[in-house]
Amino acid sequence: MSENAKLPPMATGSFAERAVAWSKKNLFDGWFNTILTLGSIAFLLWLIPPIVEWAIVNATLSPTIEGCAEVTGACWGFVNANLRLILFGTYPFDEQWRPLLAMIVLMGIICGSLGAVKYPGLRKAIIPMWVIGVPVISVLMWGGVFGLTYVQNSYWGGLPLTLILSSIGVIFAFPFGLLLALGRQSHMPAIKTVSVVYIEVIRGVPLITVLFMASVMFPLFLPDGVTIDKLLRAQIGIILFTAAYLAEVFRGGLQAVPRGQFEAGDSLALSYWQSMRLIILPQALRLVIPPTVNSFISMFKDTTLVVIIGLFDFLGTVKLALRSDPAWTKYYVEGYAFAAAIFFLICFSMAKYSAYLEKELRKGERR
Amino acid sequence: MKIQTILAAGAMTVAAVAAQNAQAGAVLDGIKAKGFVQCGVNVGLPGFSAANAEGKWEGIDVDVCRAVAAALLGDSNAVQYTPLTAPQRFTALQSGEIDILSRNTTATTTRDAKLGLTFVGINYYDGQGFLIPKALGVSSATELDGATVCVEPGTTTELNLADYFRAKGMSFEPVVIENINEATTAFFSGRCDVYTTDASGLASVRTTMAENPDDYVILPEIISKEPLGPVVAQGDEQWSDVARWAFTAMVEAEEYGVTMENVDDMKANSTNPGIQRLLGVTPGMGEALGLDEAWAYNIIKQVGNYGESYEKNVTAKLGLERGLNALWTDGGLQYAWPIR
Repeated sequence: MSENAKLPPMATGSFAERAVAWSKKNLFDGWFNTILTLGSIAFLLWLIPPIVEWAIVNATLSPTIEGCAEVTGACWGFVNANLRLILFGTYPFDEQWRPLLAMIVLMGIICGSLGAVKYPGLRKAIIPMWVIGVPVISVLMWGGVFGLTYVQNSYWGGLPLTLILSSIGVIFAFPFGLLLALGRQSHMPAIKTVSVVYIEVIRGVPLITVLFMASVMFPLFLPDGVTIDKLLRAQIGIILFTAAYLAEVFRGGLQAVPRGQFEAGDSLALSYWQSMRLIILPQALRLVIPPTVNSFISMFKDTTLVVIIGLFDFLGTVKLALRSDPAWTKYYVEGYAFAAAIFFLICFSMAKYSAYLEKELRKGERR
Repeated sequence: MKIQTILAAGAMTVAAVAAQNAQAGAVLDGIKAKGFVQCGVNVGLPGFSAANAEGKWEGIDVDVCRAVAAALLGDSNAVQYTPLTAPQRFTALQSGEIDILSRNTTATTTRDAKLGLTFVGINYYDGQGFLIPKALGVSSATELDGATVCVEPGTTTELNLADYFRAKGMSFEPVVIENINEATTAFFSGRCDVYTTDASGLASVRTTMAENPDDYVILPEIISKEPLGPVVAQGDEQWSDVARWAFTAMVEAEEYGVTMENVDDMKANSTNPGIQRLLGVTPGMGEALGLDEAWAYNIIKQVGNYGESYEKNVTAKLGLERGLNALWTDGGLQYAWPIR
């Protein structure tokens, strides 16, 4: 009983009493915390009303320049009027159902693959989904068959391009990064050296440089008349870059797996690949979920850099829309705010999923 | 600027190789085989090349691409556009990724000679100028001693600015801002006395970004020459001829007063031998270029003459008068080589 007496009194009584007790404990616990609380409230009161006033109260959705000129707040009409340009870039206007459908298919496959954690029945479907889905998406985007007109990928843009660049980037960078991490841990000197040099060189240069090399220098070394697609070059650049970062993340995971686990594999007479697949990697990868997702999020945002080589990702098409008519140019804050909102939505979903995944895969460790 | 030196060196190497390999007509035959012209354009410069709300490329530079396609293939829509950034543009041309570059590119000796390019015309005469608030009370750039100047970094604009002030023995304080939106916002909020860039850019900034455009004025001094024009790679003379004369036909059509509207009437009824030659009533010009005799007719019918293209894009979008780009008969510099 004496132990119980040390515990703080249970919150009882009416809602108001509990609220007061809660805020005393959490908000006004001592003079320092009281100052912090009051300071934060004052800051929010100073910050939020003008934003709400600008973004909602005084804003307009009217998709004309005249409509925007009448209001003092945000001109969401810029986004409204140019929504299709922002979403799909310069993709032929009458064919824009194709990237829309491709985007839906891609999101479906991604959700299906991610959902396999919760619904194990989906696990067997992951590979067939991608094997069928990627050609379907390619046919939709490129066309040229089944009566669809051919659309060069210099016309792709907007959200579909961002999603394609980042999801293909993840799919290829993940296994490649894993191989590099294993290579760096390898006992074979040649493989180890190659992996270390690759990782350090790629990590030592900014992504902009990689994209720039891929886009501007690389074509100069090709034989005359041979050109490799600009989008493909950018995609490969992104994959190579992300793989180097992921390799270091995975190496951290591999090093965190106790030595005994490796020895356990050896004592069971498992081959290198068997023990990796069955014992080491499941543990190592689970350990590094947060930094892996971190890499994915940063890669997703880095795809916006393709704008410097003349590809229009989602942020690029916002800029494109700003320049579509000089009269819209002054509404760039609205354009960038819209882009930021979409990017936040996607990145926040990724972070949420990673938190869920961590919890789900740690079930075995919970007591 | 080191990277540009390296790029230029690389491009030169390729240019040298390309010049050896290229056979006359290679580019032209390639275009005929694939059925469209691959055209490099700006990633977004209103009036010159920018995507409209439907995602279609529009502008005075885009019209050159369309004119070339109309002349060669009879269809101004037989063009595929590759948006290119400034550092990418020459590589794209040299590597054969694009057939023609129509991307507000200044014609210079180095580009023409060292990079192995051929400029096929000048479709816009531009030059660097100064935008100031009227309240500054200055009427000439020579009175700008000690001014704070907003300028974007890493461009010839910045170098021209420094050269000009040094030559005049004046001092200035640069406010270097990377992004055009931020640079103009800084200028209009009074961070600097002067904003400098190409005159076409100043005019569009003044009409679209200023609260009250009448409070601002562009000074009369133009401190650099920027002749902007379409450019092709050296090595296929037949192709550069087609591109050169397709653009020339647009200017010549304006000189003769042939427009998109009246071109059919002119073709049927005009007795002017120049117009008859231009529109293929008197055959010969098409044959000389290896084109259909209706080549110029197709350009004018589908794209319009130079003046129409200018009105529709530059005047409508940027509110810019013809200025240097008026016909020579109106005191401008646009002067078409005779089509005969």
